[in-house]
This record gives sequence, structure tokens and C-alpha cells, in this order.
Amino acid sequence: MPSITREEVAHLARLARIELSDDELDHLAPQLDQIIGLVGQVSQVAADDIPPTSHALPLTNVMRADENVPCLTPEQALSGAPAQEGQRFRVPRILEED
Amino acid sequence: MKSGQASSVEVTQAHLDRIAAVDGDVHAFLHVDTEGALAQARAVDDKRAAGEQLAPLAGVPLALKDVLTQEGVPTTAGSKILEGWKPPYDATVVQRLKAAGIVILGKTNMDEFAMGSSTENSAYGTTHNPWDLSRIPGGSGGGSSAAISAYEAPLAIGTDTGGSIRQPGAFTGTVGVKPTYGGTSRYGLIALASSLDTPGPCARTTLDAALLHEAIAGYDPMDSTSINQPVPAVVEAARNGDVSGLRIGVVKELGGEGYQPGVEARFHEAVELLTKLGAEVVEVSCPHFEYALPAYYLILPSEASSNLAKFDAMRYGLRVGDDGTNSAEKVTSLSREAGFGAEVKRRIILGTHALSSGYYDAYYGQAQKVRTLIARDFAKAYEQVDVLVSPATPTTAFAIGDRIDDPIAMYKNDLCTIPSNLAGNAAASFPCGLADEDGMPVGFHVMAPVMRDDLCYTVGAALESALAEQWGGVLMTKAPELEVTR
Repeated sequence: MPSITREEVAHLARLARIELSDDELDHLAPQLDQIIGLVGQVSQVAADDIPPTSHALPLTNVMRADENVPCLTPEQALSGAPAQEGQRFRVPRILEED
Repeated sequence: MKSGQASSVEVTQAHLDRIAAVDGDVHAFLHVDTEGALAQARAVDDKRAAGEQLAPLAGVPLALKDVLTQEGVPTTAGSKILEGWKPPYDATVVQRLKAAGIVILGKTNMDEFAMGSSTENSAYGTTHNPWDLSRIPGGSGGGSSAAISAYEAPLAIGTDTGGSIRQPGAFTGTVGVKPTYGGTSRYGLIALASSLDTPGPCARTTLDAALLHEAIAGYDPMDSTSINQPVPAVVEAARNGDVSGLRIGVVKELGGEGYQPGVEARFHEAVELLTKLGAEVVEVSCPHFEYALPAYYLILPSEASSNLAKFDAMRYGLRVGDDGTNSAEKVTSLSREAGFGAEVKRRIILGTHALSSGYYDAYYGQAQKVRTLIARDFAKAYEQVDVLVSPATPTTAFAIGDRIDDPIAMYKNDLCTIPSNLAGNAAASFPCGLADEDGMPVGFHVMAPVMRDDLCYTVGAALESALAEQWGGVLMTKAPELEVTR
């Protein structure tokens, strides 16, 4: 059965943009290992000739007419922003110092 | 209200008073919109006084799961990361509630981002089961079901991704319905797993649930997965409740080992009752249902890890570490660390793992194949029977704290409900009695084909009517009195 190490959990957390403390890693890693043991059962069931189903309904691309319709005002769109400046979202710098 | 015995303002105020009296113990609500609710109620009363033709539920109060956006009303999805956020628009379901004159009392507690089976994962504290305050109400929509069973609201809206309407319905002795996927709009619903999430009604009776279902269902051009077909005749089915000649399949795989004896006893009694009412009952095998749980716990975290990526501390929500020393990436990581709870982190990391290079085919791809096999099981079963039935949950509501450190035990609560989410079927839980061991409610689970939601209501109405004759009323009449604490 596949397993997952503490280091792999830390790596995944970085990929998922979640800073985890050492205590959280100690707690989470064995739980995830156990869960991966459970979910790994799926590999025992489905043969190669079974097509995957990604969605309960057949999906079709939905188009609408290219028309101006009422939408949120800039004030409404920015109303939940942690920081804003000049009708724009103000974000921290993108690049690290180095 | 229609007969003039009470106004909507009086009814709404009575429920606000009840919330003030008991919600300190139940904690079903995260936000009570007193002013907004009374204003809506006054508007309905004015229309009624002016002789306007009103929708059937006009003026009736309702509790709304905190995962649906309501303009100007705090919406958190049970998460600290959205604390204080007020959406600038209404979800389609909310627009339809308002159009029907339904009065929205406030937002109900839930597991964070609907991840959980107990409502213990809310960032704002646990909801308690009104039947026994030391027990969980089920999850993730525990607040909505608890509000109904505590008589804080006659109606509620939930969302069902793996059983989050039906499982708390079963645990609180109320009716919980997951409509056909695509039968109710997801526009304005804070997404957990987009291919599974389904808003639906919670109520104390089958007819109440059907009336609410009819009010919120139907095609929505704002949701590209919305089904453009007429809403099934759910109200008519709930009024008729005639199961004579209906073919009912008992799912062989959803019972036996691991199921609480009191749950199984009530379930089998209900099946016998339906037989006496003229239904034809046979046992049906759905061999791949046992793999629904592992498939679900790969598909859900995969979709959730993608959906929750938008909580990046840039456009809305909590922002931590923005002191000029940290980059945007670091601020995102710090904000998500501070804003997400343990279960959300667990599932995001699991989803990231399942979708990562080298594991995608082994996990996510395989889970999608299992989904095909489960849909085939349903299709084959529906060649033999009209509906499938099972207990809604393997056990009754458990004690608060009992399973919080054992995620797998927690996930197993959803064994019976998950297959319908994977296949998109309609399904519902109806109260069928109290377990002998603990006196807690048991849910009877009905699964119907896509867009045959009416069949769930037919079975629920028949069962409810027959059981009410035995009990002298619906199951909720047996609920213990809540001590009024303030």
C-alpha cells in the first residue's frame, strides 16, 4: 500500500501554499498516511477498459450572447478586499528580495 | 398566515424569540439577521394585505446554510478565512427564496467549507443536537438541521456534497433532500467539490420539504451545469404518497456489519411498512458501492484543493503577514495557515497529492473509473426497481468529540449517502423512528434516478403518513423539550 512521509507532507503543504508548523506536521502526516491507505483501494477495482467519469452530467460548453449586462460596480467588487488603492486590489510584492 | 390567524411579522418574531431563547445551547446560527428578516416579513404582510397573489411559502421563515451568498449578510462557510465577509450579490437559490417571499432569518453553522460529518469542524464552534445536546447534529449542514429540530426555523437550506443534508437530517429526526445534481443552481454557492455539490431543502415534514424544493429548483443560466428541464412534480408526489405497485430495492451492500442494531431494526420495520402499503420490495446488489467512500475521498479533495486555491488573501478574506517584509506567496501561505482549520488543510493536502504528477492516474484517474462503475450499478438497479433504499447512516448521532481525531471513522458516516453524489441521483432521508439503544433518530434513505426526485417524495410521504398514525404525529413531536436558558 502506498504511504506518505512527513517530508512529503511538508512538500505538498508548500505546493498548496499552506504554512504548516512542526506540530501540525507531526499530527497530519500519520493521519494522511492512514487515509491514503484507505483511498488506495480504488486501484484494486477499476480495469483499464473502464472509462472515467469526471462529472455526473454530460457537460457541454454554454455560450451566451455577447451583450453588455449589469455587473458589480468597482466598489462592490472591491468591498471584500483586505487592502485596496485607487480602485484596485493592493497586494504584497510578488518577488522575493533575492 | 393565509387565513389571517398570524402575520409573517408575528411568525418571524416568534422564531427570532425562540432563537434568542435556545440557540445559546444549540448554536445552530452563526448570524441572525433580525432587521432584515422583519423587513422581509413586513413586505410580505403588506403584499398580502394589498390582495396580491403570493407563493405558497410566502412569509415563512427559513434558516440558510452559511455557504450560500446573501447580499450584505456575513457569509463565512464556517471558516475563519472569510470572517466578516459580506457578499456583494445573492446566490440564485437566495434570489429564488426572496422571490417566493420566504423570510431569511440568518445563516447557519456548518463544518468549514462543508468538510465534515459532525459540524465540529466549524471555526465558530460546534453545533449541538437538539435531541441530546451532548451529541453532534451531523454534518456538514448541522446548523440547518439543528435549527429545524430545535424549532428555531420551520425550513432550512443545506448543501449536499457527500450527504451533508441527508446525514444531519437523519441525526436530527428531520427530512433532508439532495435534489438531482443540476436540479438546483450552484451559482453563489461557495464551492467545495463542483461535480458533487447540490443545494437542497431541510424541513420537518415531507410536504414542507417538497414546497421548498419547488421554490428553489429549476434551470439557471448562471450555472453551466444546471439541467434545462421542468422541475419534477415533487409537491404532487408529497401530497399523494401512493407507493402501491412501486418497486423498491433494498441495497444489499448498505447494511449488516458496522451498522447499529437499532438503526437496522427501524430501517427494516419501515421497509415492512412500505410492503404493507403495496410496494414490491426486493433485494438489489450494487457491488461497487463499497468503493464509493475511497473514490469520494479522492475526488472531493482533488476538486476542493483546486476550488480553495482562490483563498489567496489577495481579493477577499483574511490576510496575514502583510507588513512589507513578506512576498505575496508568503502572505498567501501564512494566511491559509491561519485561516484554514485542520480538516480543510488535511483535504487540501490530500487533493494536492492525488493530483500531483506520478499519482494522478493511480488516484484521481482510478477514482473516476470507480465513479463509472457506481453509475453503472445504479443504472442496472433501476432496470429492476424504481427506487433504492438503505439506512441513511450506519449509526445514530454520536457524542461530541468521539471521532474528531479519527478521520476514517468520521468518513464512514457517509457510507450510504456518497454513491448518490457520485452518480448525481436524487436522494433523501426521512425520519423512521428512534433507535432502541440510545433513543436517537434514525433516517430512512431513498435514492431515485436522475430527475425523478418526485419518487423520493412519494416514498417519504407514504412512510411519514403511516408512521404518524402509529406515533400520533411526525417524529419531531417526540423530540425532548429544550430548556430555555435566556
